[in-house]
Amino acid sequence: MQIVVKPSTTTINKTGSWRTNRPKFLHDKCTACSICPRVCPEGIIYQTKKTNTTGKKYFECDLTYCKGCGLCAIECPFKAVEMGLDEK
Amino acid sequence: MNNINNKQQILEGSRAIALTIKNIRPAVISAYPITPQTHIVEDLAKFKADGQADYEYVRAESEFAAASIVLGASATGVRAYSATSSQGLLLMAEVIYNIAGMRLPIVMTCANRAVSAPINIWNDQQDVMAVRDTGWILLFAENHQEAVNQHVMAFKIAEQLKLPIMINVDGFIMTHTYEPVTIPSAEQIKKYLPDYKPTSGQFLDPANPVTLGALATPAHYMEIRQELHEDLLNSLKVIDSEYKKYNSSVILERSASGAIGSRIDNGFFEYIGPKKPDTILIAMGSVIGTIKNTVGKSNKIGLLKIKCFRPFPADEILKIIKPAKNIAVIDKSISLGAIGTLASEIKTIAQGKTNANISSFIVGLGGRDITKEIIKKIIKQAGKKSDRAIFVGKA
Repeated sequence: MQIVVKPSTTTINKTGSWRTNRPKFLHDKCTACSICPRVCPEGIIYQTKKTNTTGKKYFECDLTYCKGCGLCAIECPFKAVEMGLDEK
Repeated sequence: MNNINNKQQILEGSRAIALTIKNIRPAVISAYPITPQTHIVEDLAKFKADGQADYEYVRAESEFAAASIVLGASATGVRAYSATSSQGLLLMAEVIYNIAGMRLPIVMTCANRAVSAPINIWNDQQDVMAVRDTGWILLFAENHQEAVNQHVMAFKIAEQLKLPIMINVDGFIMTHTYEPVTIPSAEQIKKYLPDYKPTSGQFLDPANPVTLGALATPAHYMEIRQELHEDLLNSLKVIDSEYKKYNSSVILERSASGAIGSRIDNGFFEYIGPKKPDTILIAMGSVIGTIKNTVGKSNKIGLLKIKCFRPFPADEILKIIKPAKNIAVIDKSISLGAIGTLASEIKTIAQGKTNANISSFIVGLGGRDITKEIIKKIIKQAGKKSDRAIFVGKA
């Protein structure tokens, strides 16, 4: 097995499977303030091109890598992220 | 027996090892001095200071640092060497695992010494047994010449297989005593051991960035460990073939054997004795000399000297021990709460394959002298059944 690897290849590790809680992004509450991508330790929260009912381009996260730490939910001033049990 | 010839020198074991390392020409040496390894690294530092060697000698603030320095050096694709002992080896333990896991071909000498507490600087082999399961190839030398030969072979084997190798020499008994020994010249070594060329793309190079020792998740870790285990087992072939190549190409004195009856000598072990012995004594390291002198000419007792402890040459050893009625395993280490470390290996391979009575004798801990009388006592007791480790501290 290859144990010497090129940089940036750690994305092979789909860390989403480590999660017990998953965030749910409540799009209509999102004001596109950009706090959540700044606090996300995994760097996997991104702004979509879709607009919500208030005309904001809302945020979403990549659940392939989200470990469910919940920082986005705690830091969101508008309670636009809800954490819930990730049942598989 | 060895005859003194004009190539031989009377050298201290440590100096013999240091001169050999100088001629092997590693690029980086890093070590932290610890009794009884000190003379080896003092000599190597002095060769450098006197302009007789061109390696980098990196001083370290601890053994953890020394091991990390040679790890880093080896990761950049150059030949690296270190030496340690006892508490120093224990302090290195984490890095020892990393060196094997990252498949870095480092060669290190361990001057075997007891471990604390109580503090004791004298010889036994408990230190190396603490890193038995790290994935290193573990070789044991009986005398100075064997230690010299094993160091040269070790670099060849390590660099071919990307496996680190530790050469174990009994502290004081080998590091501080003088014996006639032939040191292969730099030219002789170069013929046998070519310059180290790491595999392209497998080492740290700013022009071609790679990651060594990256995270492995549950999806991959197990296969990587299994591969290390299998590569270690497969290294047996190379260890034996390099032993033969070395002995036929590098013109050197073989270690004194005092052979009586049949003698089998390969990269894994040396067996001296009758084909169907009543009793076989098994041991590692310098104590073999004492046993050879004790047993002398015997048509009942065989002596098996293990040179390669990891990987353990199970099939080859089994062939030798199978005809014996009694097997006495003489250990300078013990798995506290169980039996002697080598004894448990022998019991494992004998399981279901021989009916011999296998007993575990513990000798020489913390530098206790191992006398001929102690060996005679062990031979007498070898026929008695015992599943427990038997400490033989006095005759």
